[in-house]
Amino acid sequence: MGRYLLRRLAGYLVLVAVAASLTYFLAGLSLNPRARFENHNPPLPEAAVTRTLDDVNMNPDTPVAVRFARWAGDVVHGDLGRTLSGDSLNDDFGRRVGVSTRLLLLATFAGSALGVAVGAYGAIRQYRFFDRFSTLASFFVLAMPVFVVGVALKIGATALNDGTQTIKVLGEYDAQYAGRWDPAALFNRAQHMLLPALTLIIVQVALYSRYQRNTMLDVLGADFLRTARAKGLRRRTALLRHGLRTAVLPVVPLLVYNIVLLFAGATFVEKTFGWHGMGELLVDSVAGQDVNAVAAVGLFTAVLVLAAGLLSDLLYAALDPRVRVR
Amino acid sequence: MRTAPGGRTPSSRRAPWSRRTPSPGRAPSPRRTASPRRTPWSGRTRTPRSARPPRDQHPSRARLTARRFARNRLAVAGLALLVLLFLAAYAGPLLTPWDHRTHDFLNFLSGPSAEHWWGTTQSGLDLYALTLRGLQKSLVIGILVGVVSTLLSAVVGAFAGYFGGWTDRVLTGAVDLLLVMPAFLVVAVLSPLVRGSGWPVFVVLLAAFSWMITGRVVRSVTLTLKDREYVKAARYMGVPGPVIVFRHILPNMASLLIIDAVIQAGAAVIGESGLSYFGFGVQPPDVSLGTVIADNTNMAASYPWLFFFPAGCLVLIGVSLAFIGDGLRDALDPDSAAAQARAKKRGKRAAMEGRRR
Repeated sequence: MGRYLLRRLAGYLVLVAVAASLTYFLAGLSLNPRARFENHNPPLPEAAVTRTLDDVNMNPDTPVAVRFARWAGDVVHGDLGRTLSGDSLNDDFGRRVGVSTRLLLLATFAGSALGVAVGAYGAIRQYRFFDRFSTLASFFVLAMPVFVVGVALKIGATALNDGTQTIKVLGEYDAQYAGRWDPAALFNRAQHMLLPALTLIIVQVALYSRYQRNTMLDVLGADFLRTARAKGLRRRTALLRHGLRTAVLPVVPLLVYNIVLLFAGATFVEKTFGWHGMGELLVDSVAGQDVNAVAAVGLFTAVLVLAAGLLSDLLYAALDPRVRVR
Repeated sequence: MRTAPGGRTPSSRRAPWSRRTPSPGRAPSPRRTASPRRTPWSGRTRTPRSARPPRDQHPSRARLTARRFARNRLAVAGLALLVLLFLAAYAGPLLTPWDHRTHDFLNFLSGPSAEHWWGTTQSGLDLYALTLRGLQKSLVIGILVGVVSTLLSAVVGAFAGYFGGWTDRVLTGAVDLLLVMPAFLVVAVLSPLVRGSGWPVFVVLLAAFSWMITGRVVRSVTLTLKDREYVKAARYMGVPGPVIVFRHILPNMASLLIIDAVIQAGAAVIGESGLSYFGFGVQPPDVSLGTVIADNTNMAASYPWLFFFPAGCLVLIGVSLAFIGDGLRDALDPDSAAAQARAKKRGKRAAMEGRRR
């Protein structure tokens, strides 16, 4: 079991390293940081621009391999480099990762748990009202891009608010609560958290409930469930302990890929609701031709995949006894 | 996929992306030296018309599929909706005097009215004309990406599965890597490179980063098809590998590929609109539903029609494609869990009606 997890970890680490490097090369080759300085008035002297670009290791005239070697050396020592405007990415990064993680963690746990519950319940009561309703609803949600869900919620909340400010639609917290963690500040954060979290949760519930419904339907007719009933378990116990546990297994690995999709989804949510997280950094850095920032985002998503992969391996091992033997 | 009595397929205890899926070693190498001499049984034979069973007893596969598809009410509704959307996209603009580029300087941000059916934008563009123009682009992009990415996944997956060995290792490695790098980030980063070269290039870019998961599925199906008798027979007759892949392996998973193309088309419409929303997708002289929505969201709370009409069209595309995909799955793959459950229910209903009589 320990060896199995260690081997998976090694595999993920290689994947992270390769993915992050590839992101750097892509960004280094396709973005043009010089463009950021071109429309200055009065025009900046060529030499000054070049020096600034050299300072932050983003001069397009330096071969990309050389830039990459410098960047990789810094990253190994825990330094993510600087943005195009010269600020240290490390300071910014920590704050943004915190913002994104709070949102993603909450939404992932709530969304996947709720999705599994909805899917399993729908399968058990197949073709009853709840099943039909949840199936149709998830079709509609999955047919919408995340930002459409977000903006629709925003419009709805504005109508509900009706001039008051009960549901906050912008930012992570109000200015007067900055840096505070007392109950009032926490409530304020919850007010702000409601809509973005709800957006991500709705999307995930739709997705996971579809998968879970299918796997649960497969399990419902299985012999081992009949055996469990035959040995005297109540229907509820048999379904929960033997049915759900088996049916959840194939859904768990999806967590890994969906965390990447979710991150893209978080990009829309962060832009729509004005949260300053990693998703926002991604959009702004590509638009601002900032190679180092894009590479930092690439590294973050790769690490996110690593964490999700390990989590799903652990969950898998906990749920499926056969993995533990190996 | 039918499951084993344990409720799991034998391979499901491994994560589906595990690279340790056993790839059978190369089969005994075929007689490469043999000249392509025509043996009596290698030529294509046609059953004489008189020997074929009459049409009505054994309907063709296409007819059977169409009949099964037509039984599914939601799927038919989806198809009708898609046809309507196409009609609206291409015939709809003829009904209005407004063009998607002409500004009406007398009406900025006016609500839906007799003159402007869906209202106007901040710069006085007619939203109806604009949305239908975007609808055209989104439909075309979605369908093209669906086809291209499915072809790509079919070729890569089948080659990886059929040839095994290093081909397999390299291709699955590439798939894993592309799955870890978020497609959204990659396409966004690459978008400055293709800026100004029009939407067809954008289609290629979207397709290039949305084939990986299907590629994995195709690979694993290929592994099972590879050991079938007809594939072995072809191999021992000296048919070259690529020909076997295109003539014997891929046609035998046609149903999977068709369904996937529909699903991918839906995903592409969503992906396109998302990228356009941030300005990484379709560029200004062109409009897509994504750009129409993006240009107007900041005013969506006060002028909701600016959001609801284009977003509604987008959702309708997605829903219709989802229904069609679902219906096709049932029609083409009667073994799938959903189709079985549906058949069971139909049987139950019939039994109950019988009892009532």
